[in-house]
Amino acid sequence: MSAAKSNKGDFLLAVEGLTVSFDGFKAVDDLSFYLDPKEIRVIIGPNGAGKTTVLDLICGKTKATSGSIKFAGKELTRLKEHQIVHSGVGRKFQTPSVFEDLTVFENLEVSYPKGHTVIGALAFKRDAKVIEAVEDVAKTIFLTEALNEPAALLSHGQKQWLEIGMLLIQKPDLLMLDEPVAGMSVAERKKTAELLRVITKDHTVLVIEHDMQFVGDIADRVTVMHQGKVLSEGSIDHVKSDPKVIEVYLGH
Amino acid sequence: MKHSPLMKWFASREGMYYLALAFLLVVLLPLVLEPFRLNMVGKYLTYAFVAIGLVMCWGKAGILSLGQGVFFGLGGYCMAMFLKLEASTPEATAIQSTPGIPDFMDWNQLTELPWFWEPFHSFSFTLLAVIGVPVLLAFVIGIAMFTRRVGGVYFAIITQAIAAVLTILIIGQQGYTGGVNGITDLQTLMGWDIRTDEARNILYFICVGMLFLCLFAARFVQNRKLGRILVAMNAQEMRVRFSGYDVAAFKIFVFCLAAAFAGIGGALFTLLVGFMSPSFIGIVASIEMVIFCALGGRLSILGAVYGALLVNAAKSGFSESFPELWPFAMGALFIGVVLAFPDGLAGLYKSYVMPLENKVFKRNKSEAVPAVSTPAAGTTDGYSPMTETYSPEKS
Repeated sequence: MSAAKSNKGDFLLAVEGLTVSFDGFKAVDDLSFYLDPKEIRVIIGPNGAGKTTVLDLICGKTKATSGSIKFAGKELTRLKEHQIVHSGVGRKFQTPSVFEDLTVFENLEVSYPKGHTVIGALAFKRDAKVIEAVEDVAKTIFLTEALNEPAALLSHGQKQWLEIGMLLIQKPDLLMLDEPVAGMSVAERKKTAELLRVITKDHTVLVIEHDMQFVGDIADRVTVMHQGKVLSEGSIDHVKSDPKVIEVYLGH
Repeated sequence: MKHSPLMKWFASREGMYYLALAFLLVVLLPLVLEPFRLNMVGKYLTYAFVAIGLVMCWGKAGILSLGQGVFFGLGGYCMAMFLKLEASTPEATAIQSTPGIPDFMDWNQLTELPWFWEPFHSFSFTLLAVIGVPVLLAFVIGIAMFTRRVGGVYFAIITQAIAAVLTILIIGQQGYTGGVNGITDLQTLMGWDIRTDEARNILYFICVGMLFLCLFAARFVQNRKLGRILVAMNAQEMRVRFSGYDVAAFKIFVFCLAAAFAGIGGALFTLLVGFMSPSFIGIVASIEMVIFCALGGRLSILGAVYGALLVNAAKSGFSESFPELWPFAMGALFIGVVLAFPDGLAGLYKSYVMPLENKVFKRNKSEAVPAVSTPAAGTTDGYSPMTETYSPEKS
């Protein structure tokens, strides 16, 4: 968990020359970018720019054709998904994917980083530590009242929060969120921004988002992707005024 | 202080369900049925082992296997091999050209016992093999399929193909397996004649005992975190993977568990029926097993037992009066289950009988009734106070 320290001020995540091609189509093409510890980076870009694919590659859902992904000095491209999770990378999907048949409590409990082997899951006990961790996270994600409810009964926004909570309880070093406020009401959006601000105090966060207002609210730096490549990178004001970005993404 | 947790559990609603089943199987049926019928019930119950495994594997974890007959058969054949060797003493087979080997081997011009038959002289090896052989095969299939992420329909088809392959293999290798006739004329188990009414009665009770052991094992698994992961995996496999679980390992585990149950069922089948043949393990038999599970209720291990009992009883009843109509009745039953009550008998019980029970239980105020009843909370058999339910006061 102290990846940053052991790395002596190095990047937490270093993506270099990352390429993936699907039947010759390069969804991500020789992409490089670097994340500092505790940084909040937002990836923006038009549809089909390869944003989600980048997250897929980092978390192991898609295997890279070439290039390297170094996380806290560890090469991720050869690891399996669950091993990548254990190295400290958490991923939230675009559509909320929570366990609808289980209660909110159970959803968080299943995500608790203990008892991940078959034997471990048989021996797993719901002790005070687990309950405390679950209650803690539930508070952060505004779901304390709903702990005993089946996740199926939650609203869309609450499901998104629950999934973020399921990541938080894993205590990852890097959180990757794919459009966390998509489909949310204005009130929910505000609460989510608040939630992200809390989270970003002690996590490195990589977010894909379209809502420029929201991006401006949370981002330390912004990476603009276009056709699988980095088009521009820098502060929100820098990319906003970049003519290339205006051309392909923001519009005149 | 006076009530141990076990006593409390028996007084709980879930405990009542188990007691009711125990009463039915241990007291009621043995009292009202003649030995021949009771033996048939025992035979039906051996299928319940498979159905319980299918609840775990298919109902909970979403892995549909259309080849559970394979594991049932392997368990059954292991037991049959032991019994056959015991029946084939040199004295009993003196008229054969090679005395001391099973009769069908002699008919097929074999002159010595094949190597893989040798260990089945030992009863302890046989008991191990009854579980070990099915589990080993399930493990190999599991590794091959689940680590490559073969699932859903593809997996179902492959298991079905394995059932077909095994049947063809057994029928083809007549000299080693007894071929299409199976392994017949089994007589004694360690000198104890298993063909008498008395022996069959005792075997029936052993079968019921084993069934409860398997029920408790399944119940243990489903009430642990592992059970919740199986359910979670069924709906959101990707989320489970990205919560840090090696999904393949869990699938292999539950598939092996189902195979172990099926193997035990198969061995008891051989003991109760007195022979084992390929017809009990092929494609048709395997699909019937899925129907027992579906009718009882995919998500309920107790439902699976009732499903196996009822479908088999209906099958016997039908076949005695209208043998040619049974396949149609069975087909209709399956379609009916899928269309009208997808959660089977357990689902019907939950939606129609449980509300009545709730009223009674409330009046007795013996326990709290859950406020929210989830339609598909696959973690328990209906209501189960032994399951850990979260309450804030605990902390």
